[in-house]
Amino acid sequence: MHGVTLILLVLGFGGIGWMVARARAARFAKPATAADRPNSLPGQHGWHMAIWIAAPALLFLGIWSAVSPALVRDAVLSTPAAAGLPGPGFERSAILAEARSLALGNAYGAFNQQAEVLAPAYAAAQSRYDWIGTTLAILLAFAGGAFAFTRIRPDYRARTQVERAVMLALLVASLIAILTTLGIFLSLVIESWRFFRIVPVTDFLFGTNWSPQVIRSNDPGATLGAVPLFWGTFFIGAVIAMIVAIPFGLMSAVYLTQYAKPGVRKWMKPILEILAGVPTVVYGYFAALTVGPAIRDVAVMLGMPFASSESALAAGLVMGVMIIPFVSSMADDSIAAVPQSMRDGSLAMGATTSETIGKVLLPAALPGVVAGVLLAVSRAIGETMIVVMAASGAASITLNPFESATTVTKQIVDLLTGEAEFDSPKTLAAFALGLTLFAITFLLNVVALRVVKRYREAYE
Amino acid sequence: MTDTNLSNAVPKLSARGVDVFYGQKQAIKDVSIDIAMEHVTAFIGPSGCGKSTFLRTMNRMNDTVSSARVTGDIRLDGEDIYSPAMDVVQLRARVGMVFQKPNPFPKSIYENVAYGPRIHGLAASKGEMDGIVERSLTRAGLWNEVKDRLTDSGTALSGGQQQRLCIARAIAVDPEVILMDEPCSALDPIATAKIEELIHELRGRYAIAIVTHNMQQAARVSQRTAFFHLGTLVEYGRTSDIFTNPRQERTKDYITGRYG
Repeated sequence: MHGVTLILLVLGFGGIGWMVARARAARFAKPATAADRPNSLPGQHGWHMAIWIAAPALLFLGIWSAVSPALVRDAVLSTPAAAGLPGPGFERSAILAEARSLALGNAYGAFNQQAEVLAPAYAAAQSRYDWIGTTLAILLAFAGGAFAFTRIRPDYRARTQVERAVMLALLVASLIAILTTLGIFLSLVIESWRFFRIVPVTDFLFGTNWSPQVIRSNDPGATLGAVPLFWGTFFIGAVIAMIVAIPFGLMSAVYLTQYAKPGVRKWMKPILEILAGVPTVVYGYFAALTVGPAIRDVAVMLGMPFASSESALAAGLVMGVMIIPFVSSMADDSIAAVPQSMRDGSLAMGATTSETIGKVLLPAALPGVVAGVLLAVSRAIGETMIVVMAASGAASITLNPFESATTVTKQIVDLLTGEAEFDSPKTLAAFALGLTLFAITFLLNVVALRVVKRYREAYE
Repeated sequence: MTDTNLSNAVPKLSARGVDVFYGQKQAIKDVSIDIAMEHVTAFIGPSGCGKSTFLRTMNRMNDTVSSARVTGDIRLDGEDIYSPAMDVVQLRARVGMVFQKPNPFPKSIYENVAYGPRIHGLAASKGEMDGIVERSLTRAGLWNEVKDRLTDSGTALSGGQQQRLCIARAIAVDPEVILMDEPCSALDPIATAKIEELIHELRGRYAIAIVTHNMQQAARVSQRTAFFHLGTLVEYGRTSDIFTNPRQERTKDYITGRYG
């Protein structure tokens, strides 16, 4: 039976079980006293039964779908038709894959003659295992149902059991996110380790020449020095972008929390938040098509005739604008967290609003603001789309914002969108860069969150 | 009604026919009262009776609440404090305030006291500022406890010390009137006793208005008592008269603990 049909069938059984258990529990004898009241409501018995029917069967189907292809393949290999196959290896896998496509009706002709021979055997094995899987799933559903059915008694604690099942489901959901993060981190570490077997860590971290196009096979580290990338990332994300984002973000937060009338705040804050929701690729267009050329024109006017339109300034400026709402909302939160009594105390001394902000509110909110800036920096250096579209691919260490600079993220994209084979140092370098970026942003986040936490404690 | 001017004292602040509204709701109805120099005036009454609201009209702290509206006439030395000509910065330097919960700034003890003098430009040199800080802390009875750690954070002090720091901060700008909004409600009895003692000592230099929930406190520290109820001033007179011989039935009921 087809997988989806089977799942629907199991769920259908669950639904029937729900109704049956519910109806049966509803017919419990009316209790004489409050102490005799059934432990659980009919609906909870219903869910208890439905879970016992569906959960084990679905779990089994999940495992089965992972295991059965291997079982089918082994079955095919043990048939006489498979006798003429080559030994284990790439060729055999290709033939088997082709036979599978034929057997499942996904392909109409085979490139390999042997695959066509194998197809009937494959189809037979497949249908046999499908049948086994279906039978087992349905048996499990019934077994679970029977187990739950015997538990439909007034004194059975279906309520607690259902609660536990809910807790378990939620736990699994949250674990999936954590495990995925771990998995990503592990894959980064493994690929980076492969890279660092070819290229020494010191060459990568301290080398100042980055030209992955011309890797020398006898000394790949010589042209894979990431310092220009780190510098470009820092220059664009942590310097230029922050020069834009910090003052404007902070000032808008101060205005919104301290000066704006509730009416003004009501429409200004959502607009700022919309700015945060603009897809970064749109900022990318803006940077590449509007800001970049405009800045080049300015640079030409200032006497730099060969200025690039892919300047660090263009990417940094637009990135800064993108980060403004982020800084603003963090600063907004931390200013709002300063107790009103502090503000009153200052105003009652005769301080004006701006004196109060400058001398009391901002110093008090400073740790929160700093944490917000750190988080903003970590976002900026991880930002990809704007720099892919607006920054240059040429790595250089420069202090001139009109010159081109490149970033870690931009280089990762360039390295992975090429046609190099997967094992080359050039491709693997992308993972090493990714790991470095991950480590830096992780560190920034940890520091920022600790600062925020300590600051919160101070006022609670 | 009550007599608003108690003959032998010079009124420093005088309110006539003051109404306060929060949006549509009237919080204070037609209150008239005089606050005299060298006197402590206690505002008592049940929660929500408007005594704190009224206190905050006297240094225009209600300005910071956007829905609040004050009408009527409040004069400081005969000058209308709600007139456009009145600079609220100057007003608040002359009418200082101490809040319910100690609210030192997250700065050093020294900087807390120096905050007001800096804003108002009262000290021309470091030496002068040191003098102001020492004098204010001494008057607030805190100097001996903190003189060796002026650079410590004001928030690291105990609750009672923090409140005395806030009083030092308020008197550092040399005000004429000090408003205290339940200054002891967040403190333990020993710290409360110290603050009360301090109020006694400060009385000679300032006009002090204190809001309190605690009738014993009002009886202990004040010479004049005003009883507020439901936004109106029910009775105002010498503290001894109010507590021993109230003229209004409502005052008597409140003082004897019938409600509140």
